[in-house]
This record gives sequence, structure tokens and C-alpha cells, in this order.
Amino acid sequence: MRERIKEKLGPKIKEWHEHSARRIYFTVDKKDIFETVRFIFRELGMRFSTASGSDTPDSFEILYHFSNDSSGEFYSVRVFIEDKANPEIDSITPLFPGAEWIEREIWEMLGIKFKGHPNLKRLLLADEWPEGEYPLRHKNES
Amino acid sequence: MSFKIKALTKSIWVFHVSAGSCNNCDIEILDCLTPRFDLERFGIQLIGSVRHADALLITGAMSKKSVPRMKKIYEQAPKPCVVIAVGTCACSQHMFKDSYNVDQPLDKILPVDLYIPGCPPKPEAMIAGIVKLVTKLREKI
Amino acid sequence: MSHKVIVPIGPYHPLQEEPEFFQLYVEGEKVVDIDIIIGYNHRGIEKLAEAKHFDQVPYLVERICGICSSSHPYAYVLAVEDLFGGEENIVPERALYIRTIIDELQRIHSHLLWLGLAGHFIGYNTVWMWAWRYREPVLDMFEMVTGNRNNYAMFKVGGVRRDIRDEDIPALKKTLDELVPALSMFKGAVMDDPVIQARLKGVGILTKQQAIDWCVVGPTARASGLNMDVRRDEPYGVFDRVDWNVIVEKDGDIFAKTIIRILEMYESVGIIRQCLEKLPKGEIDADIKDIPAGEGIGRVEAPRGECFHYIKSDGTNRPIRHKIRAPSYMNVASDKVAAVGGTISDATITLAAVDPCYCCTERVAVIRKSDNQKIMNGWDLIKLSHEKTNKIKEELLHGRP
Repeated sequence: MRERIKEKLGPKIKEWHEHSARRIYFTVDKKDIFETVRFIFRELGMRFSTASGSDTPDSFEILYHFSNDSSGEFYSVRVFIEDKANPEIDSITPLFPGAEWIEREIWEMLGIKFKGHPNLKRLLLADEWPEGEYPLRHKNES
Repeated sequence: MSFKIKALTKSIWVFHVSAGSCNNCDIEILDCLTPRFDLERFGIQLIGSVRHADALLITGAMSKKSVPRMKKIYEQAPKPCVVIAVGTCACSQHMFKDSYNVDQPLDKILPVDLYIPGCPPKPEAMIAGIVKLVTKLREKI
Repeated sequence: MSHKVIVPIGPYHPLQEEPEFFQLYVEGEKVVDIDIIIGYNHRGIEKLAEAKHFDQVPYLVERICGICSSSHPYAYVLAVEDLFGGEENIVPERALYIRTIIDELQRIHSHLLWLGLAGHFIGYNTVWMWAWRYREPVLDMFEMVTGNRNNYAMFKVGGVRRDIRDEDIPALKKTLDELVPALSMFKGAVMDDPVIQARLKGVGILTKQQAIDWCVVGPTARASGLNMDVRRDEPYGVFDRVDWNVIVEKDGDIFAKTIIRILEMYESVGIIRQCLEKLPKGEIDADIKDIPAGEGIGRVEAPRGECFHYIKSDGTNRPIRHKIRAPSYMNVASDKVAAVGGTISDATITLAAVDPCYCCTERVAVIRKSDNQKIMNGWDLIKLSHEKTNKIKEELLHGRP
């Protein structure tokens, strides 16, 4: 599996880290995420487990987690979104509907816009929740 | 008024509302109806419409989205209606009180008549609580 | 049969927007669309976890969902232990066995709970009462071992917090022995009853492709032919040291989901028995003091499916990011395709088939698509479901008219 990913994605992979036999993390540019996910989901047939977004001092970071159920390996694709003032990335929901909710959640929690998402509206927060306030962003924490 | 309270304490119809709970308390409430505890033999029934409720069982930590719904349900309940806070979340919001998605605790929103703490409170604790409440209400007559 | 307009029950003024969990849009008797609105139970746990120490977080995550009370802490401690390279590197043997026992006991209680609720939704209140009655001894076992019927506080990074005493083991074995005939009764009741078969077979189907596209997990996925189970795919605890089977069905309907859950309970009993036989002596806690920096991922097979936790640590004593994904998050979203196309009388059981929490299923509203008039609430739907069961019973008893 790793060979297939490395072969197909080649130079798109910015960094590859194997934390253990079953934990593989690799980084791609955010512009390549749609193609990467399409490859992993459609061609390699891995299951999308979830995505986790975080706020770091330099950028936003999203990890897309995929499970290779037949081998127990877990692949996490990392992207960095450097433009913190206007964060956006392509949505992967057009590839499969299972991604719809998590992208909505990351949007309302961190404010990252998913371009091409068919239904980008609030999922968990109440309608009265103030616009522009993103609960999972770190505010001036020392 | 006293006639109503008397009628109230004879056979209580309860309506259950969850305002952002983890479900443990809700399952333990349902558990009270199962054969081991069997509250139905005392006439305590879980009902489907708040219009006939004598008591509101409220669980949950008061998440922002669920509070308006809970208030509306309280308004629809015929008075007098006792409000029972089931579980530590309903009593004091438990470990969620600092969360960005909860505001005030239940007793700042509605008048609470009975607090049953516990995470979740055992069915025995709930029954003990209801007995205490019924006894207290009867003493008022 | 044309569907009569139902007079709104209760003070449902069209302008009064009562937020419901599931909004079903109907034309006549058919569900044509569904809105799923979540967020009522959102308590900001991921953010709260950032303010807690690593050893305080299990208490927090236990309360994400009361029914899978041990899955979330287990996935969390696995995520932290992943920072050390994995559970098997640091957790003592005995603790691994205890973790597995607790996890499987939880599966039994959760599936019995579901069985009861499913029985209630289709009008078999006896099934409800019996399933929950047999659930009580399992809860007693939890109370004996952990001190509480729910919310066990058993998991900590590096081991478990309480031991299973030798004098408790006979009671555990006895409960399991008494449970097996009850499971056989349920299995017979479900598989042989023509009314239950008529209610559940061919209803609420999720095809294999839909299951893949919606990324569902757990019994919901296994019912549609997807052979996945974290306990086998990425073993944790001692699941790779005991014999057990993954149950997979292919029809994708509610009957398949029911069968899977019943058969899984048998497997769970077998796993616990083997663990009790093999339980080694020894420590139960590795007494971890410092958490290294890094990223960790932990996942367990909760009764509802894969439960996922991700931890980012910077070497201090608090997580800097904690991502939680409960299995129902993926499964409930799939109701969009499973419930649409069915009838309203099948709606409650279809929504309940993925095993969301009880609170979610009690808040359902049915809206007539043509004029956006709310016509029923959750309780009315359950009544409708009961009526359908009675009608089928009549037809089977007296022959088809």
C-alpha cells in the first residue's frame, strides 16, 4: 500500500513519517488534497474514518484519516493552511457524502472554508452563535 | 390549589426532557420502568405529550441549542408542574460548566423542585428522591 | 391506501419552530426527505479536554455517551499510549485482559439495550422488558467490579484503575451462564417470529455502495456486507489472543442489523469467558508519569462501530488537541439514504437501527412536504409503528384478506 501511494503521488508527498507499523502520516499541499483523497478512497479503497482540524501558531492543519481495514493500517494525510486570515481548502464531499458532516464541523469550529461543499452550514452550534467566533481557535494563549 | 397537589401526588405522569445529556440519566430513568424497579405499579408513567404532564424530568448540562426547546416545553406543561433535575449535569452542569456551549444551570432557568444528583443517579436514588418530593408535597396540604 | 391528513396534536403552530433531531418530510405515507439536526448534546468536550490534565480526560470522555461508556475512555488511553508506540508496550498483561472484559461486558449491555428499544419501537414491549431485565445482571457485574452501573472510570493511561478480585470471578461466570439461555430466547424470538421478520426484513436497507460512500462503521456497516471490525483489523486488548468471530450479513436491512447484534452478544460472552480463564496475575497499572510529545491515534470497536480519538501532545501535562469522533457520527448521517423511500410507520425503527442515543431518536418530527405542516411527533410515530405491527399480526393470524 505504501509503495502504491508513494508511486502514485510521488513528488506531491512533502513529508512521510511512520510513527509505528500501523500509523503512517504524510503531508501534501492543500491544492493536491482532492486528488490525493480521490486516489486513496476510490482507487485504494480505504475507508475514510474522519478528519481533524487544529489551530497551530503558524497555520491551520487538517489531518484526513483513512483506515485500511484489511491490514489494520491507519493513514493520516496532513495539509497545512498557511493563510490564517482567509483559510480555505477544496472540499472532498463531492467524492463521497460521508465527509459532509465533518467538513461542516471543521468550518464552524475553526472557520476553514471548504470550497465546493454542497451544504456548508452549521452542524453543532446553535443558530444564535455569533458569526466569526470559532470555538476551537486558540486566542492569544501564551 | 391544595386539591390539585393532592391529585398530583397520587399518580404522577412524567414527561422527560433532555437538554444536552450523555444519555446515561435518560437510560436510568427508563430503567425505572423495567421489571426490577417497575415504577408503573405506583402509577408513575412516562407520557408522550407534555400537555398531560405532572412532572418534568430534566436531564442534561443545558447546551445552548436545547435550552430554548426546554423552556418552550415547560411553558406548555399544565401548572402546577414539578420540575425534577435528574443527574449532576442538570443539578449543576457537572464538568461541563466551563464549556463554550453551555450557559446557565437549570435552576437559573426554571424553578426546580427536586434535585437528584448522581452520574447517573441509580434508579433507587431516583425513587428515593421522588418519594421525598411526594412526602413534602403532601405535608403542604 | 391514501393517507389521511392528521390533525396536529398538541400546540404545534406552524410558526412555532420546535427544533427536532430528525425532520421527516412525507408525501402521503412515504418519507421523501429527511433533515438531521444535531448539536443538542454538544458540550464542547474537545475544547474542555485541552484544559484538563491527561489523567483527568478519561472522566470527561466517559460522559460523551452514557451507553458506550467504556469505549471513549479506552480509545482515548489508546491514543495516549500510541505516543509510547502502543498499548502492548507499556500496559501490563493483566490490565489488557481486564480492559477487554470491561469492553465486552459493555457490548453486551449496549446490545441488550438496543434490543429492548427496538422491541419498544415496533410494539413488542415484552421484548423491551425482557431485554432490559436481562441487562440488569450485567449492570450488577459492573457495579461489583467498578463501583458504578454506568460510567466505570476504569481506564487510565498505562492500565486500569481497579482490579477484578478473585472472589468476584464466580459471580461473573454465573451471570454469563445465565445470560446465554436468554440470548437464545431472543435469537429464537427474532429469527422465528414471522411478524418481526415482516417488520424488519427488507426495511431500511443500506446497500453496500451506500455504506461505503457514507463511511459507516460497526454493525451498520457489517449488515451491508462490509467486513470490518477494529478488534480484528487492529487488535487491542487481548482480542488477538482469544477466539471469536466477526459477524457479517449482506442484506443491509434492519433484520440483518438485529441478527448481528444478537450474535455479537454470544461472541462477547465467549470472549469474556476465555479472558477469565486466561487472566494472569500481576500489576494492573504501569504508573506512567510523563507523556511524551507527539501525535497519537486510538481506536476501538464500540458497540456502534469504530470510535476514534486523536491526541496531540507537546510534552506538557495537557493535550493541545483532542479530536473525538464517535461511531454514531458517521452512522446517523447515513439515515439520509436509509430512511428515505420508506414509510412513516417504518421510520422510527429505521432511524433506531443504526443505534443512536435514545435522546436523538425521541426527537423526531414528521412534516408534510406539500405545505410544511408538522403532523406528528416521535411518540405518534411509535404509535404508528405499533399499529403496523398489529396489522401484520392480524393478517398473519387470519390469512391475507
